Amino acid sequence: MYAYDEIDRTLVNERVAEFRDQVERRLSGELTEDEFKMLRLQNGVYLQLHAYMFRVAIPYGTLSSRQLRKLAHVARTYDRGYGHFTTRQNVQFNWIKLKDLPDALADLAEVGIHAMQTSGNNMRNVTSDQWAGVAPGEVEDPRIWSELLRQHTTLHPEFSFLPRKFKIAITASAHDRAAIKIHDIGLRLHKNDKGENGFEVLVGGGLGRTPFIAKTIKPFVHGRDILSYVEAILRVYNQYGRRDNIYKARIKILVHELGIEKFAGEVEDEWRQMRDGALNLDDEVIEDIRSRFSYPHYEKLPHMPEELRKAAHDPAFEAWRKNSTFAHKIQGYSIVTVSLKPVGGPPGDATADQMDALADLADRYSFGEIRVGHEQNLALPHVARRDLPALWRALDRIGFATPNVNLITDIIACPGLDYCSLANARSIPIAQELTRRFANHELANLIGRLHINISGCINACGHHHVGHIGILGVEKNDEEFYQVSIGGRADEDAELGQLIGPAVKFEEVADVVEDIVEAYLALRAAPDELFIDTVERLGVEPFRERVYATR
Amino acid sequence: MTSPLQQKIKVTGPSVVTANRTWDGAVIYRTAGKDWSTDLARAAIVRVADEARALLAESVADDLGAVGAYIAPVQVGNDGRIEPGNLREQIRRSGVTIGLPVQL
Repeated sequence: MYAYDEIDRTLVNERVAEFRDQVERRLSGELTEDEFKMLRLQNGVYLQLHAYMFRVAIPYGTLSSRQLRKLAHVARTYDRGYGHFTTRQNVQFNWIKLKDLPDALADLAEVGIHAMQTSGNNMRNVTSDQWAGVAPGEVEDPRIWSELLRQHTTLHPEFSFLPRKFKIAITASAHDRAAIKIHDIGLRLHKNDKGENGFEVLVGGGLGRTPFIAKTIKPFVHGRDILSYVEAILRVYNQYGRRDNIYKARIKILVHELGIEKFAGEVEDEWRQMRDGALNLDDEVIEDIRSRFSYPHYEKLPHMPEELRKAAHDPAFEAWRKNSTFAHKIQGYSIVTVSLKPVGGPPGDATADQMDALADLADRYSFGEIRVGHEQNLALPHVARRDLPALWRALDRIGFATPNVNLITDIIACPGLDYCSLANARSIPIAQELTRRFANHELANLIGRLHINISGCINACGHHHVGHIGILGVEKNDEEFYQVSIGGRADEDAELGQLIGPAVKFEEVADVVEDIVEAYLALRAAPDELFIDTVERLGVEPFRERVYATR
Repeated sequence: MTSPLQQKIKVTGPSVVTANRTWDGAVIYRTAGKDWSTDLARAAIVRVADEARALLAESVADDLGAVGAYIAPVQVGNDGRIEPGNLREQIRRSGVTIGLPVQL
């Protein structure tokens, strides 16, 4: 966990007081909506279909049990008893009242949580690998750098009035769990030939109306230079990025139009002028941030404790263990992914009671720590393997032990037209139907790893472009239709999916997915050839034929 | 951003002006009495662009009471019953189409 100091606490509390004043002035009529809108957006407050929506940042996806209990408190006190975990390590409350928002923010501030960088045309919540600090083989804990960037960019004018929103993700593992290639800036921490830590810097990724996979503009930037290098990128973006057309304002468009080489050259020129200035990080600063991340005092434990050996006879436990627990850097411990994807449930939702119960389990089994992943699941990052059977039973009691992590029912979905004012079509009911259709665990296991991502509009909050199967809701003559693509992926080999054919009606989506899955099962070269690999080998055509032959 | 009043108004059938209430974000409809109601049945109905423009103008003028006023299509039955004209408005009036995780 990261320990906040007095400066952090003062900043967060001052922000609450400022927003309280702004809300009072809005409710008294002193501020018009035009004047207030940017102020509320800077505090994570959107207006959605039914109510205000309040988006709270969970920087680099790390939460303490105390913070999770506070989120539960906000859900229970000011909202309708639940929250929604998003694809960018944020949590959203869907029914909050403007008059209650200052109190909710004040309550969150007590535990160091805020809503800065969750909205508006500024630097957004810097995201990272939800397994940061515990993943085997990691170069270094990427959260140290996420925190440095977060501190540097918060309220910084260069980062606060950008042409459009701006998202950074950082990973330090060979396998990218942070989806860095679909971010405005993706940072991959690695070592150079001298054994020094630094970053491969990728720029121009993003989804939405015009999706792009980020491209590398510099293979290695030393850690001490990362602030100046990122700021150089932002300066080029601020200088050349379009502000006249919202659809062409993201940095991905600028990179595309300038060309990656010219863009990289502009950044290099800018950087040369500033790299040895005030932004050069000395070891003391980096060490100070590093020292504020605390790690548990792990015990020396066996890899295969007796408790685990005994529980292995229970097929239900084994089904869960096989796809919910992952190797930890310390022997005798596991990382546990907590599925927020129950059959028939909205992906990413958790009730206040569930949050409280999970906070208790985190205290008992995970040194009081919880992680939030972009796949809309939670994780307990430090679970002793001897405790896995007891944890599984406890998770099962609160509805958090669905054994579907990374399987076809582990669906990413945006809130869609049920909540969102931008949406054209519903996402959640599609996800719910698919989880019912593939509820049989043996079938889901037979299918193997398969990610379905659903967005209710082209803004792509559900990351449909990079789903193994991507589903995009569109509207035609007031009716919901869905475009289906396959072959996308968001990992280190990120690709955009390809459309398989004309959009289909709401009622047909689950049948189409079933056809695609049946085609895959018939076409795969071996039982262990994953869906995404079959699509890569064969292309879209055989799937298109299967889906549209009878439609 | 373009003001709702500067946008081209296209009215192809019975319509209402709807918005969200400022203090809590609740869905509201402009009434004939120059007020707001959470009940669609009390909404003022307009049928041509000039009427719609006028209703929208007075709605937008109430910046303190409502946010984001716009014209939305409705269907009016033979019995005078007003129903939302599309799925989006149906969801705004009746709530999400899914079961909420917590029943109030």
